[in-house]
Amino acid sequence: MAKLTINITVNDKKYEKTINPNLLLVDFIREELKLTGTHVGCDTSQCGACMVMLNGRAVKSCSILLAQLNNQEIKTIENLEKNDELHPMQEAFRNNHGLQCGFCTPGMIISAISLVNENDSPDEDEIRKHIEGNFCRCTGYQNIIKSISEGAKNMKDLENN
Amino acid sequence: MYDFNYHSPNNINEALDIFSSSEDPKFLAGGMTLVASMKQRLISPTDLIDLKLLNELNTISLDGNRIILGALCTHDQISKNKEIKSKINGFSNLASGIGDPAVRIMGTIGGSLANSDPAADWPSAILALRSNLKTNNRTINNDDFFTGMFETSLEDNEILTSIEYEIPEYFKYVKFPNPASRYAVVGVSIAKYDNEVRVAVTGASHTPFIAKEISESLSKDFSTNFPLKTIPKSELNEDIHASSEYRQNLIDVCTKHALMPN
Repeated sequence: MAKLTINITVNDKKYEKTINPNLLLVDFIREELKLTGTHVGCDTSQCGACMVMLNGRAVKSCSILLAQLNNQEIKTIENLEKNDELHPMQEAFRNNHGLQCGFCTPGMIISAISLVNENDSPDEDEIRKHIEGNFCRCTGYQNIIKSISEGAKNMKDLENN
Repeated sequence: MYDFNYHSPNNINEALDIFSSSEDPKFLAGGMTLVASMKQRLISPTDLIDLKLLNELNTISLDGNRIILGALCTHDQISKNKEIKSKINGFSNLASGIGDPAVRIMGTIGGSLANSDPAADWPSAILALRSNLKTNNRTINNDDFFTGMFETSLEDNEILTSIEYEIPEYFKYVKFPNPASRYAVVGVSIAKYDNEVRVAVTGASHTPFIAKEISESLSKDFSTNFPLKTIPKSELNEDIHASSEYRQNLIDVCTKHALMPN
């Protein structure tokens, strides 16, 4: 089978890679770039632990071929912290006990930021509906909802300052 | 996942040429079903022909009383289109109830229709609406499109290019979703045009179908006084999610809900 050359930007860094067409985005991120903050939970696009940003919006990297993303831009959970400061959404998850084991957290945070990018003041119903594609098996979701709500406020405040 | 050759043609003719010269090819749209099926080794095409560069297939337009959707329009794009929201809000609502946000960003209406999953949402709407499906070489009437479980009247070397429908005076889709997958255990679309009402059911059988007796009754009297349990249990699915009896009842329940304006 023919190999393929792909240009892709991950966390502001450009890569040109020759790959097998059956390489999944998540395997490229984790195995080749060693960015292991992106998790594999269910591997069947249900749980959302593998979410990354594709052009500013959350997608499930376990169900996308790298080949589909030539000349596209990806951001992972590792890209959020700047100058040793957590992203406001990460900070909100920490302040509100929005995680226990933490396995789903990278996906939850990427998903939450994707929501706020489209809707800067989501209400509880909108948050609950948005994270339908993110499973958490520890928290019972209550603190995740609180975290996203506060994170959205923090993101908005930061933007206005 | 087995290995394959990947192609990304720039136009339809190029896509069709690659298809003709490949051993066991598949067209790829958003990949939300196809990539998952390949990961599970349920299918193993030798060549994957990605249609993403065919930009002419991802536009939404309004032509008089008709809406024309490019086959590569994503569920997300359809759910947020202002014209669709104002002219046929129930169609937007159907789009925003598919899967979850990440799936809607990638998945396309054309991919869903061509895949013809018996529990998918779009087939119900497209069957209920006065619609046509256009391909690279012909126009297929909606009544002739769905031929069976994961089967359509599309030929192998044929690409669905657009879906066109007449805007009805009333449209609503109601589904009873599987809580894990969001696929319809049963989903019902109602489209009303003057004296013609079409009620189309998905999730309940091996392929979407028109509920004839309910449609006829609603055409005469557009109210909840329609005949109940009109679809024989023997024609309905029975699986771990629901018995055929349960689905038979859900068809009536979803129809009643679909008759209530938002």
